[in-house]
Amino acid sequence: MSPAFLAHDEKGRTMKRGATMFRKILPHPWLTLLLVVVWQMMMNSISLGNLVLGLILGLAIPIITAPYWPNRPRLANLPMIIEYTLIVLWDIVVANVVVAMTVMFKRNRDMKPAWVAIPLDIRTPEAITVLAGTITMTPGTVSSDVSACGRSLLVHCLDAPDPNAVRDEIKERYERRLKEIFE
Amino acid sequence: MELLAEILITASLVISGIFGFVGSYGLLKLPDPMTRLHAPTKATTLGVGGVLIASMLYFIVLGDGLSFHELLITLFLFLTAPITANFIAKTQLHRNVPMDDLPKTGTGRPWATYESDEARAEAEANRNP
Repeated sequence: MSPAFLAHDEKGRTMKRGATMFRKILPHPWLTLLLVVVWQMMMNSISLGNLVLGLILGLAIPIITAPYWPNRPRLANLPMIIEYTLIVLWDIVVANVVVAMTVMFKRNRDMKPAWVAIPLDIRTPEAITVLAGTITMTPGTVSSDVSACGRSLLVHCLDAPDPNAVRDEIKERYERRLKEIFE
Repeated sequence: MELLAEILITASLVISGIFGFVGSYGLLKLPDPMTRLHAPTKATTLGVGGVLIASMLYFIVLGDGLSFHELLITLFLFLTAPITANFIAKTQLHRNVPMDDLPKTGTGRPWATYESDEARAEAEANRNP
């Protein structure tokens, strides 16, 4: 990461209140940073040429896609984002082992697949998307549908003797943290 | 050092192989489309994850330096896999699952797949008068 770029971002934070000019050039500073970093990773090397090309993409794409991000939420809670990521990664590993055991050693007729409706406290579309993605990526649960008003999530469980426990765990473990991150 | 790395790389590969196998076995063994949908989520998380960890370790210790492509593959998988699963689930709901088999939404409006266009238009009109 170049210090020049970081300075850019720091300036963004201080200028955010007043300068509309800055918002025009960088409507989405974190997306710009992400695009530059992803571009370096895609090229698998950091050179001046790649950095310039990454910056061009990082500046152009947020401006072009700005209309698709109305009322995007501010992500201020960095420690919580890190905590959430680590918890999800850990849960994926644990759930993988549990589900592998279920698939290998449990007879089909002993399994109890279940539909679970999860009433949502989060309202931001971005947060609901992340929650649905998390539920699908942790083995054993797949998010299948959302209610027409977006206030309830339909989840299918591979083996859930107690569907209410699944609902409570998802709400307590993931949704509570997402609420702190997004809202 | 090199031996240790080789052991770690081999272990990751074996683990990913096991989970890839369990994923494909589940696809065969599980009884209906909704439960079968759970099998590929295992294959894409630990199955692919193990190979990617092995590949990163290999290039750090025995190859020519840190490689970021594995991290990007992880990122893209995490972005795309849930969307595919969701689409398959919605198709399955739409074609084979009657609404009465599902729990209630508890919000007054049905699951999005089951709402007719007329009902949706009416609900949207009532929300924004």
